[in-house]
Amino acid sequence: MSYFNQQHIIETIKMIKIHHLDIRTVTLSLSLRDCCSTSCKKTGAKIYDKIIKYAKNLVSFAQETENEYSIPIVNKRIALSPISFIGESCDNTDYVYLAKKIDEAGQEVGVDFIGGFSALVDKGFTKGDLKFFEQIPDALAQTKKLCSSVNLGTSKAGINMDAVLKTADIIKQCAILTKDFDSIACAKFVCFCNAVTDNPFMAGAFCAVNEAECALNIGVSGPGVISSAIENLDKNADLGEVSNLIKKMAFKITTAGELIGRRLAQKLNIPFGIIDLSLAPAPNKGDSVAEIFQAMGLEYAGAHGTTLALAMLNDAVKKGGTMASSYVGGLSGAFIPVSEDLGMIEAVNKNSLTIDKLEAMTSVCSVGLDMIAIPGDTPNSAIAGIIADEMAIGMINKKTTAVRIIPVIGKKEGEFAQFGGLLGTAPIMKINKYSSESFVNRGGRVPAPIHSLNN
Amino acid sequence: MKNDDNKIIITVTGIDKVGIVSAVSACLAEHSVNIEDIKQTIMQDNFVMIMLCDIKKIKVSFKEFKENLLELAKKLKMEIWVQKKELFDKMHTI
Repeated sequence: MSYFNQQHIIETIKMIKIHHLDIRTVTLSLSLRDCCSTSCKKTGAKIYDKIIKYAKNLVSFAQETENEYSIPIVNKRIALSPISFIGESCDNTDYVYLAKKIDEAGQEVGVDFIGGFSALVDKGFTKGDLKFFEQIPDALAQTKKLCSSVNLGTSKAGINMDAVLKTADIIKQCAILTKDFDSIACAKFVCFCNAVTDNPFMAGAFCAVNEAECALNIGVSGPGVISSAIENLDKNADLGEVSNLIKKMAFKITTAGELIGRRLAQKLNIPFGIIDLSLAPAPNKGDSVAEIFQAMGLEYAGAHGTTLALAMLNDAVKKGGTMASSYVGGLSGAFIPVSEDLGMIEAVNKNSLTIDKLEAMTSVCSVGLDMIAIPGDTPNSAIAGIIADEMAIGMINKKTTAVRIIPVIGKKEGEFAQFGGLLGTAPIMKINKYSSESFVNRGGRVPAPIHSLNN
Repeated sequence: MKNDDNKIIITVTGIDKVGIVSAVSACLAEHSVNIEDIKQTIMQDNFVMIMLCDIKKIKVSFKEFKENLLELAKKLKMEIWVQKKELFDKMHTI
């Protein structure tokens, strides 16, 4: 005789219905290492066929699975091997052509995003990488679902400052090419320090060279579940109790994600990869990481104390999540994208949250400066400086950091960029007006840091 | 554990009225879904019924069965959730 507990059932339904518990993404990680050839057309065809072969049932099976458990799966995505590797053997590689083929395959199988238009250049460029970099803006401007990422630094290799400069140019080019749509191509491009190999989240998902042929990686969500639990906690509860509560809720969220991931992987007959513990917000009321800080007792995100609140949240989510799953990976932590989080947007509007505070917060969160809109006339050198600072935090602290920043052409501080859907609305933020040009233009490679004498 | 795949939880909530249990049970019987346990309460003036059922002998697909139940929910002006039981077992036990 099976047993059921009424309270557990009601709690779960509340989590889904009121607090937006959902699976943010199921991401099919797919290796394209067998798609290389000397002809760009042939490589494109091989990539297209492979995506169709492996992903043709992804969307329908995901819908079937969400129906069985009544937990929404918000996005279905694909992460490919870095295209810079796959295209490099072609004679006169046309990366934009490959990008379009991938996008076409993505449309055909009905996924929301397809990532892996990526390059890993933390130590330097190959000839192919250089060519690839040049073509990123056109590729992003001419496709809908394609996402691109580049790794610019690691704790082991240091930071490729020449690549940082090129990346700033790419971001500006992307912004200009899509200026009629609030520079949206920039939202599909991210640069990393210490990029992870099994990330299911966009824009940075790719299937690294050390990954299996294919796997299903899961990203959960549910900041609303955590904030409502904290709100219901005794107002005098100390931070130890708050942390413990977050752990418990993270455990529940993660087990739901793992169950659905495994079930879907089984249906697709592919291995289950990892579950990414990240708390991903969405631009809806009650689905916000900033609201967790408010539930903890901060008036707005960005108030003094926010870095600690985030550090504690991140740590507790990891502790609870690792208990719930055998295979945890990806970025795992809390995301703090500005445009995708209503509480963050409100905090910016209240002048509580600035780009400098966000930078400090990225030293303890799972990713970095994410979905931040800045004035369209920001000089490329300032963008390079912002990236360089973020890469430095990642390199020194041996963690992943990223920058996804949008210089919105034609708009200035105080205005808004509208991206729609999960990408939300971004207030244009103030940046430092003084020049970093002579510094960043020195270029070269920043040496890898010492890994002892940690102070 | 294999059996658990056939266990589902049906949660019916809404304003209490005559005939809810009868209508839902009739629909389940029509689909050859066996009721193993029922718990019923009133929470904040709302009728809440939770049923543990087995769908081993179900005649249609899970999707179709669920659609039919949701159709009934509309008619009854109640909210009905149909979920595999495994979800609750995993989420709330270590």
